[in-house]
Amino acid sequence: MLDVQAIRKDFDILGREMRGKPLVYLDNAATTQKPRVVIEALVEYYRNYNANIHRGIYYLSELATEKYEQVREKTARFIGAPDPATIIFTRNTTEAINLVAYAWGRQYIEPGDEIVLTEMEHHSNLVPWQLLAQEKGARLRHIGITEDGRLALDDLDEIITERTKLLSITRMSNVLGTINPVKPLIDRAHAKGAICLIDGAQGVPHLPTEVLELDCDFLAFSAHKMLGPTGVGVLYGKREWLERMPPFLGGGDMISRVWLDRATWNKLPWKYEAGTPNIADVIAFGAALDYLEQIGMEAVRAHERELTAYALEQLSRVPGIRIFGPRHVEDRGGVISFDLEGVHPHDIGQLLDAEGVAIRAGHHCCQPLMERLDVSATARASFYIYNTEEEVDRLVEAVRKVERVFSRAVN
Amino acid sequence: MSDLRDLYQEVILDHGKNPRNFRKLEDADHQAEGNNPLCGDRINLYLKMDGEVIADIGFQGRGCAISTASASMMTESVKGKTRAEAEALFQRFHELVTGEAEASPGAPELGKLAVFAGVRDYPIRVKCATLPWHTLRAALEEKQETVSTE
Ligand SMILES: Cc1ncc(COP(=O)(O)O)c(C=O)c1O
Repeated sequence: MLDVQAIRKDFDILGREMRGKPLVYLDNAATTQKPRVVIEALVEYYRNYNANIHRGIYYLSELATEKYEQVREKTARFIGAPDPATIIFTRNTTEAINLVAYAWGRQYIEPGDEIVLTEMEHHSNLVPWQLLAQEKGARLRHIGITEDGRLALDDLDEIITERTKLLSITRMSNVLGTINPVKPLIDRAHAKGAICLIDGAQGVPHLPTEVLELDCDFLAFSAHKMLGPTGVGVLYGKREWLERMPPFLGGGDMISRVWLDRATWNKLPWKYEAGTPNIADVIAFGAALDYLEQIGMEAVRAHERELTAYALEQLSRVPGIRIFGPRHVEDRGGVISFDLEGVHPHDIGQLLDAEGVAIRAGHHCCQPLMERLDVSATARASFYIYNTEEEVDRLVEAVRKVERVFSRAVN
Repeated sequence: MSDLRDLYQEVILDHGKNPRNFRKLEDADHQAEGNNPLCGDRINLYLKMDGEVIADIGFQGRGCAISTASASMMTESVKGKTRAEAEALFQRFHELVTGEAEASPGAPELGKLAVFAGVRDYPIRVKCATLPWHTLRAALEEKQETVSTE
């Protein structure tokens, strides 16, 4: 079990008041709060050893380089990748996916090829492939979803075929909380000769992740959704692909030799890290990884499972509420999307804000999923390691209050 | 939620729940679509003009209480007004919800629309309140593309 009260003490922001009430932060799927050690690591870099990396022959630069590269090793360890050179730092998940769409996609996708996605993908795992498909004359296919928000696997044989070149799916839905059975899907795609990218933006922060076990070819995730700073994303890739693919961005650091009319590429991983990277935030991300490692991802998952079960039970008793996504906590992470009959999610969000409860209302960058659910938006509460049952009670109480305010207006 | 009473006034909740003129005009001669990509709100506005006068107006779509109530009350206030009067009313309404300026001399009376004054304390909701009006302006100008508040 997590010692949540001890954890909360590491997050100064959680002691803040919002609108005169103690803050209840339930928008963790958008971005999480950062513990003091992460903020301190960021400040320490700027204060004590700020220097560019891979360039200087002086001590400060060596120190900064070492700290930066240590985080690559930590990141590899965190997701079970044996080779740190297969970890590329990007700006965020979105850039990591785009890297694959440009570097791999422009090289290997041909007219008539098929790219398989799902109806629950975030825009960042839809739009890069739309751009690629338009450019190459490739075809996008989508795995549908069931009424309770799980992937519809019945007609999979028709969707994943010999024409499939890439399967790109999310480990966990940022709207429905659904944890997808990615492993069998990856195996299926591999059997047809396709490669697989996992959008781990929600998966990696909340579930234990072992890339060798998953056998995915690429995995993308963001530091800011797992206690780290904004501005750092990670792309893990199998070495064979990273070696074969052309670079993404060209410039300094990613080269080996440059002539006026051509250049050769640096070794992995630097081949994909053009220009001065986000040194400070990568280093601070290292502190976030240490923090999570100390708690243990099994414990993170257990805490969220328990909290989610409690929240589902309490919320389901609110009159007029509709909860989206799988019914069983085994199939879902700590994300709960809901709406209230006759109340727009925007208004729910506004009224909850007045109670100090921060949730998200909107389409959550999943417009096609909203269409599929036949809603314009949902209200979404999402949990992390520092959330408590008392906070869930505050949420539920506030949602009940919304229901009362709006039922006044019913004729 | 006392602090929110100013935003969610009884009248607004009522119009949000039971919007007036919530219908497609089959004989519309002007129409426009408005869209708030941030929250997915959408509105279709229909006008029937009699020369310079808005003879009939209707809307459809889905949105939050603020945008639905704003659309509903807008249709009530501009029906029978001229193009120029509607435009002047929008300007006055815009000043009200952004809190940017006091009524300029000669500005039209807002009447019931004054209940939207509370919106000025919630900057992100200004777009909700003004989306119907932007859409009205587009319909009057017969712009073809979708209006977006972004
Ligand atoms: C499932 C999923 N994929 C991708 C993203 C994009 O992450 P980022 O904005 O950090 O690139 C998010 C976060 O919003 C997400 O939840």
